[in-house]
Amino acid sequence: MAKASKPKGAPAIDMTPIVDLGFLLVTFFMLAANFRSDEVVQVDTPYSISEMTIPENVVMITVDKGGRVFFGISGKPEAKENLLKRMAAKYKVPFSQEQIEKFGILTDFGCSMQEMPAFLDMSSDDRKRLVAEGKTMAIPTDSTNNQLKDWINFGNIEMLAVGEKAYYEAKDKGFDPNINEFKPKFILKVDGKAEYVYAKKVIETFRDLNINNLNFVTGLKADPRKSQ
Amino acid sequence: MAQIVDAGGGDGKGKKKAKKGTPMMDMTPMVDLAFLLLTFFVMTSTFSKPKVMSLVYPAKPDPKAEKTEQKINNAVTFLLSNDRIFYYQDQFYPEGNAAGKPATQLEETDFSPQGVRKLLTDLNRFVLEKKAGYDRQLKSKEIADSTYLRLMRQAKSDNAALKVLIKTDDKATCNNFIDLVDELKIADIGVIAPVDISADEFKLVKAKTDK
Repeated sequence: MAKASKPKGAPAIDMTPIVDLGFLLVTFFMLAANFRSDEVVQVDTPYSISEMTIPENVVMITVDKGGRVFFGISGKPEAKENLLKRMAAKYKVPFSQEQIEKFGILTDFGCSMQEMPAFLDMSSDDRKRLVAEGKTMAIPTDSTNNQLKDWINFGNIEMLAVGEKAYYEAKDKGFDPNINEFKPKFILKVDGKAEYVYAKKVIETFRDLNINNLNFVTGLKADPRKSQ
Repeated sequence: MAQIVDAGGGDGKGKKKAKKGTPMMDMTPMVDLAFLLLTFFVMTSTFSKPKVMSLVYPAKPDPKAEKTEQKINNAVTFLLSNDRIFYYQDQFYPEGNAAGKPATQLEETDFSPQGVRKLLTDLNRFVLEKKAGYDRQLKSKEIADSTYLRLMRQAKSDNAALKVLIKTDDKATCNNFIDLVDELKIADIGVIAPVDISADEFKLVKAKTDK
């Protein structure tokens, strides 16, 4: 037998399994996870046993710890842009094309219509900083200046149009879709520590618009009936 | 098989061997890329979609419609304040009411399983007993899923089933409200109505919480 030669330089490592593992994990994360949306405010939701997942087509109102109200709708930028155009026409606030496009990619916001152009010109980080410092006004919900009501109302109209389109697309593909699944759902994301009076104001606004079926975002907790 | 190519390459001695089999390939950049992507996806993704709890509010009464006093049977009203929970059963009678009934006194309970959950289980025995029966029937396949759901709906809206009204004062938090609604769902309460607190009730709660 020949003498074992002394190893020189870097030892040869077979990298193939590590590449396999790496890409396996990448594939898994790509398929399994959905992206975290870029929300302007973080809230700590209450917990419930409800196992219903959040629907696709939603109008979402967020109430943070201090009772500030934020608004957001799901869906494509197009629907959001149309929504802003409707609001701009009603409140007579002019927007540039660039601002409208920026609004289209916004997840949620909390400011009055009058502040909106300045809000849109800010960067995402600046907006979050302002919200964290408690400087934005949030959406007015007073009875004399209830802008939230208009946002919900117009948001509902836009989302209904989106849902209707999706419904007919599904129908053309030969499915038998349930029309109720395409109607927009109304989501309330409240901070657990917020006083209920603030949430109530939003709820009353919904009820004024004859929208009585609301969904609260909640964290999941164990159902005591199942552990028995 | 891929291997790290030794930068040193050929050493002085010996002839170069003829290449055999698959060529060598440096996999390191590929590993770098894979882990870079992996880190990105781990950081930007959320796993579980958030859950929602559905709650149907009573429709706003038509202002033109005539106000009719509805007599409530078999109801319990919860009054929420900051982390405290009071309740009374059936109708509310303020101090010195016209009907000559004794004034309603508030009872206090808490959010623990021994508190409000036990209370609701006792009060809603009618529905829970029916549900236990239907559960058994469903398990032994005597009734179908759809029948089960229909029977449960029927039981929940029965006159003998407990109805719950929720009233909140100005200090109650959303946590209190959601926790209570959650307890009501656990106890299979069919009729849940969040309503405005009346001035008399507010006074009673205030007297209790100010102590």
